[in-house]
Amino acid sequence: MAGNKVKRLIQGNEACAEGALYAGCRFFGGYPITPSTEIAEILSVRLPRVGGKFIQMEDEIASIAAITGASLAGLKSLTATSGPGFSLKQEGIGYACLAEVPCVIVNVMRGGPSTGYPTGPSQSDVMQAKWGTHGDHPVVALVPSTVPEILSETVRAFNLAEEYRTPVFILYDEIVGHMREAVTLPEPGELEIIDRAKPTCAPEEYHPYDTNYDVPPLAAYGEGYRFHITGLNHREDGFPTNDSALIEEGIKRIIDKIEKNKDKILKNEEYLVDGADIVVFAFGSSARSARFAVNKAREKGIKAGLLKPLTLWPFPEETVRKAAKGAKAIIVPEMNLGQIIYEVERCAKGVEVAGINRVDGEPINPAQILEAIEKFS
Amino acid sequence: MSATTAAKKKLSVPFDYDKYLRPGKLPHIWCPGCGHGIVLKSLLRAIDKSGLTKDEICMVSGIGCSSRTPGYVDFNTLHTLHGRALAYATGVKLAKPELNVIIVTGDGDALAIGGNHFIHTCRRNIDMTILVYSNFIYGMTGGQFSPTTPVGALSNTSRYGNIEPVFDCCDLAKASGATFVARGTAYHTLELERTLLAAIKHKGTSVVEIIDECPVYYGRNNKFKSVTQMMEDIEKNGTVSVKQADKLPPEKVQGKLLRGILHQVERPEYCEGYEKLIAKAQGKG
Amino acid sequence: MAEAVKQLPRIVIHEKLCKACSICVDFCPTNVLELKGSVVAVRNLEACTRCQLCDLRCPDFAIQVFD
Ligand SMILES: Cc1ncc(C[n+]2csc(CCOP(=O)(O)OP(=O)(O)O)c2C)c(N)n1
Ligand code: SF4
Ligand code: SF4
Ligand code: SF4
Repeated sequence: MAGNKVKRLIQGNEACAEGALYAGCRFFGGYPITPSTEIAEILSVRLPRVGGKFIQMEDEIASIAAITGASLAGLKSLTATSGPGFSLKQEGIGYACLAEVPCVIVNVMRGGPSTGYPTGPSQSDVMQAKWGTHGDHPVVALVPSTVPEILSETVRAFNLAEEYRTPVFILYDEIVGHMREAVTLPEPGELEIIDRAKPTCAPEEYHPYDTNYDVPPLAAYGEGYRFHITGLNHREDGFPTNDSALIEEGIKRIIDKIEKNKDKILKNEEYLVDGADIVVFAFGSSARSARFAVNKAREKGIKAGLLKPLTLWPFPEETVRKAAKGAKAIIVPEMNLGQIIYEVERCAKGVEVAGINRVDGEPINPAQILEAIEKFS
Repeated sequence: MSATTAAKKKLSVPFDYDKYLRPGKLPHIWCPGCGHGIVLKSLLRAIDKSGLTKDEICMVSGIGCSSRTPGYVDFNTLHTLHGRALAYATGVKLAKPELNVIIVTGDGDALAIGGNHFIHTCRRNIDMTILVYSNFIYGMTGGQFSPTTPVGALSNTSRYGNIEPVFDCCDLAKASGATFVARGTAYHTLELERTLLAAIKHKGTSVVEIIDECPVYYGRNNKFKSVTQMMEDIEKNGTVSVKQADKLPPEKVQGKLLRGILHQVERPEYCEGYEKLIAKAQGKG
Repeated sequence: MAEAVKQLPRIVIHEKLCKACSICVDFCPTNVLELKGSVVAVRNLEACTRCQLCDLRCPDFAIQVFD
């Protein structure tokens, strides 16, 4: 058993590539950008070995387009980028949301705006992930904070994309992306792999947006179904519509399919949160510092706890609400000038919520968090 | 029945477009006289002659009047974003090389917002057929100038006459590496059918620029009296076939766009190259 | 003699599809067609040579010529 398992010291971005391959990803389209490039480099070697396809496109707009096309042709598809590239992909992300095309988009966050600080870590794209593309749309974003988590969350991202027919983001900062940690590679069959539902009906009866389902089955091009996909608001048969009732129904359905299944999509780690006076809400590398600070606080007799979301979008409203009950304060360290704190405030009414922020390209250190914990205890 | 009546008989049987059209989708959204419908008919006849089945074809488009074509045809169809059709199509084709991918795109879609994808698709020489509908205007947004609008021409954003030089779509395709480059028009419908058939059969990136008419925005802005006059202008003043051009004195060819197959060469195709790469990666190559 | 009776073609106009653009009317080499209000109509079937130009250039799938 454990003896046969391969344990390797690998980088975060390498873990992402391993997770993608494990999940059955067979198409990568991307454009190089620090600090995500290793994912492309590794997959350019590994994908063809398993019969998969890697293509370096001419830019990030083309990359999101290519993976959407490949997914419609039936392959599990991935792209990886960082701030400037994530901005370029936004229109294509909205397309995949509305057209309901499963795909996974990794954003290894670096300092911004603009070219910013390419080699410095950041957590400042979390709101862009939520609202970056125009229009109302569903958002699923996972935020691993360790290298092993990057692997398992990448597998989960593919599973969620396939199960809910929607783009899924993986957001982690440069620190986690480039750090090396020991990872036990999962064996085949060890982690659950989900594949998209395919239609079983006759081709003439197939509707790519069949309203009898929350998540309609998706045929692949070239398998006899000859369906139509458009980024215009469409009817259940896939063709454009101007009917206001159908437009609203369609948009609501793509939002609802995530909302209704939130319980299955949300994932958090609660560390000493039960009965905690001070709760730190932190994700990514900030959660690593936060754990350290919480341990230090406990040593000093302060009842501190860490609430670490692995799914950031949809936001874990209930979990925050519960953790806030009975707590004196919630501390939200994030490598930006305050983004997720507003989500926490919204869910933790009546409780003091304080942010720790920095945008100088340095991680938030445990001492900063400990200081805040002590201040509120 | 004599041989001549048999030939005549064959000629008089209208082509059955319904075989390739999705039921109940007509009338299409295009304005009266818009060339996009004429081009579509040439394309469907070419597809019929190619022997491809409907399941084998994936038609991809961007955004624009011309890009609405996929909604009407009974293939695997993908209507994407403005300018991005080729990038989506590349994903489809590389994921499933057995599909025959045909892209319909406007001059604005392909050459302005999509210009980068256009040149890189040609460079890769991925086996796809690209129809660029050049109507010298942005039709869908109501008549602004495009990269093919002639110098001096009027549009809703060039009220004093267009001062921007035009892109020669075919020169651009050739220079970028496309291995089949041709031009046709919505006037010469049978010639266009033959050109499109050759483009579909060609292995590699095929680009066919099609001069067609937007009577509503290009026509009215530029004082054409009717769609017929626009089409006659394409015939008489605008174009000359490569075959005729060889026989005509240079002054009769000057300033006219050449029709027919302008360039065809063999070069390794991208998907085949990728299959070899896979073999190499797997230690078989 | 029976052979002398010229068989006329059948021109089918799909009135719901015709947008009266006049392309078929203007390009018919023998003036077979005319515009009548918002649709095209046959005015001189006898003259039709079955050349199919009207069908080939109709943008709207609105006209067909059968033997
Ligand atoms: C990103 C983006 N920018 C602008 C538009 C608006 N737009 C839609 S179609 C179009 C131009 C279409 O012109 P062309 O590609 O020449 O096709 P045509 O309509 O003439 O067939 C524009 C500018 C858009 N849909 N998306
Ligand atoms: S606006 Fe021009 S290009 Fe668009 S459908 Fe009308 S005639 Fe055709
Ligand atoms: S087939 Fe030819 S002659 Fe007959 S109506 Fe059509 S264009 Fe005129
Ligand atoms: S060309 Fe077609 S749409 Fe135009 S008038 Fe003739 S039948 Fe009608």
